Amino acid sequence: MAVTVKTFASASEAAGALSSDRSARYLGGGTLVMRALNEGDVSISTIVRAQDQALTRIEASGPRVTLGASVTFARILAERDLSFLHAPARSIGGPAVRNMGTVGGNLFAPNPYGDFTVALLALDATVAVQGGFGSRDIGIEEFLQARDRQAGTLVLSISCTRPASVEAFRYRKIARIKPKGGSVITLAAHLPISGGRIAGARIALGSMAPTQIRARAAERALEGRSLDAATIAAAASAATEGTSPSDNALGSAWYRREIVGVHLRRLLSGQE
Amino acid sequence: MSKIPLQFRHNGREVAIFVDGGTNLLVALRELIGDMTPKFGCGQGGCGTCSVMIDGELHLSCLTLAETVTGRSVETLDGMKQGPNLHPLQRAFADNFAAQCGYCTPGMLMAAKALLDRNPSPSRDEVIEAISGNICRCTGYEPIINAILAVAGGRVSA
Ligand SMILES: Cc1cc2nc3c(=O)[nH]c(=O)nc-3n(C[C@H](O)[C@H](O)[C@H](O)COP(=O)(O)OP(=O)(O)OC[C@H]3O[C@@H](n4cnc5c(N)ncnc54)[C@H](O)[C@@H]3O)c2cc1C
Ligand code: FES
Ligand code: FES
Repeated sequence: MAVTVKTFASASEAAGALSSDRSARYLGGGTLVMRALNEGDVSISTIVRAQDQALTRIEASGPRVTLGASVTFARILAERDLSFLHAPARSIGGPAVRNMGTVGGNLFAPNPYGDFTVALLALDATVAVQGGFGSRDIGIEEFLQARDRQAGTLVLSISCTRPASVEAFRYRKIARIKPKGGSVITLAAHLPISGGRIAGARIALGSMAPTQIRARAAERALEGRSLDAATIAAAASAATEGTSPSDNALGSAWYRREIVGVHLRRLLSGQE
Repeated sequence: MSKIPLQFRHNGREVAIFVDGGTNLLVALRELIGDMTPKFGCGQGGCGTCSVMIDGELHLSCLTLAETVTGRSVETLDGMKQGPNLHPLQRAFADNFAAQCGYCTPGMLMAAKALLDRNPSPSRDEVIEAISGNICRCTGYEPIINAILAVAGGRVSA
């Protein structure tokens, strides 16, 4: 079925068009939207596009990093100043998907996708959105909790603070097929260290709930401690708390619960 | 619903077509331009046989909204041969038995070309990574990897 495609020069015009039409869908890289259209998804009658340069901007020189919503994973991989995001970017799709898929689209990608968003959740990113009401910044956690209700808002950019060191940010995606494959589970940890102790631990999990979630019990087990074997063991055994994984073709909920602690332990202890 | 005019460069030649809203680039290439080299495998991004290059970057044509290539350059397997001669990658695929049914071959060749354009002497792991979005259901991957490495190693002359 043919759909109407509306292309706008500015993000604000596109946001206006999105907020006024319930059946409109924004086109990022299109890797999921076009899939839906190819399948004959009749809930989409209008496609909204924005050709605003601001959406493709990367600001990565300072301590605060901002990625326009239309920035692709291939561009992140080409940016040396974004090396802390290379592991999550590289873990997505094959080369063509990385050339097409965007950071903004990843925020909406359902399980088993949304790997990059797991990294952004651990990094406590801020999402800049524009709706009919104007633009505002939302914490990524709040954004994800209300994701189903975000239809009609345009994501403009995502920003986060650069981790203090390479060890302070870790990422691990468990897939059955390598180098490309959907996530069985995805984990990311931000472990800022202050005076030899963890201060402000954030652990994020993908495919362990309907959206990416924080493993708060594991975070509590790490907080204020040094990253030693006992602390790691305590965090790993708390990893399933608050999770609600599902069965899918890549793994059962039971399997996910069994392995999440194992992989969190490996992530925290720096094992391959 | 009215048709949308669309102009872009197809293997170096300017083309102009009319598409329905929501048409993907694979359909536009095959049904409106008559270039049958990009194949339809899944329409889901999963198989890679529809791979083309847009402004020199590997893209999946089935997941590309046709209108987004306005004013851009699209290269397909059809543009790969050099006059009457096969491209070195095509020769290497033939010499190394890298195609059995051949359905995956257009995508494999585009993915390989995208790699070699950027990195003329890739490692085996880089070749594997480069074709990781392309599924082959019958040759098996080894002859394909070897064919690409043969070109990279310069054993197949241009
Ligand atoms: C073969 C294949 C393999 C894949 N592998 C992975 C993988 O390993 N890991 C992974 O995480 N994902 C994977 N994906 C899923 C997808 O490619 C990525 O999640 C990608 O980041 C989605 O981005 P997009 O720009 O293509 O999204 P689109 O398809 O353009 O959009 C997806 C959704 O987000 C909305 N949206 C997009 N941008 C915005 C915006 N700026 N504001 C508001 N709404 C917006 C759209 O309206 C739509 O609902 C894969 C997809 C395919 C086809
Ligand atoms: S047809 Fe495009 S990836 Fe399969
Ligand atoms: S040669 Fe048959 S699918 Fe690859």
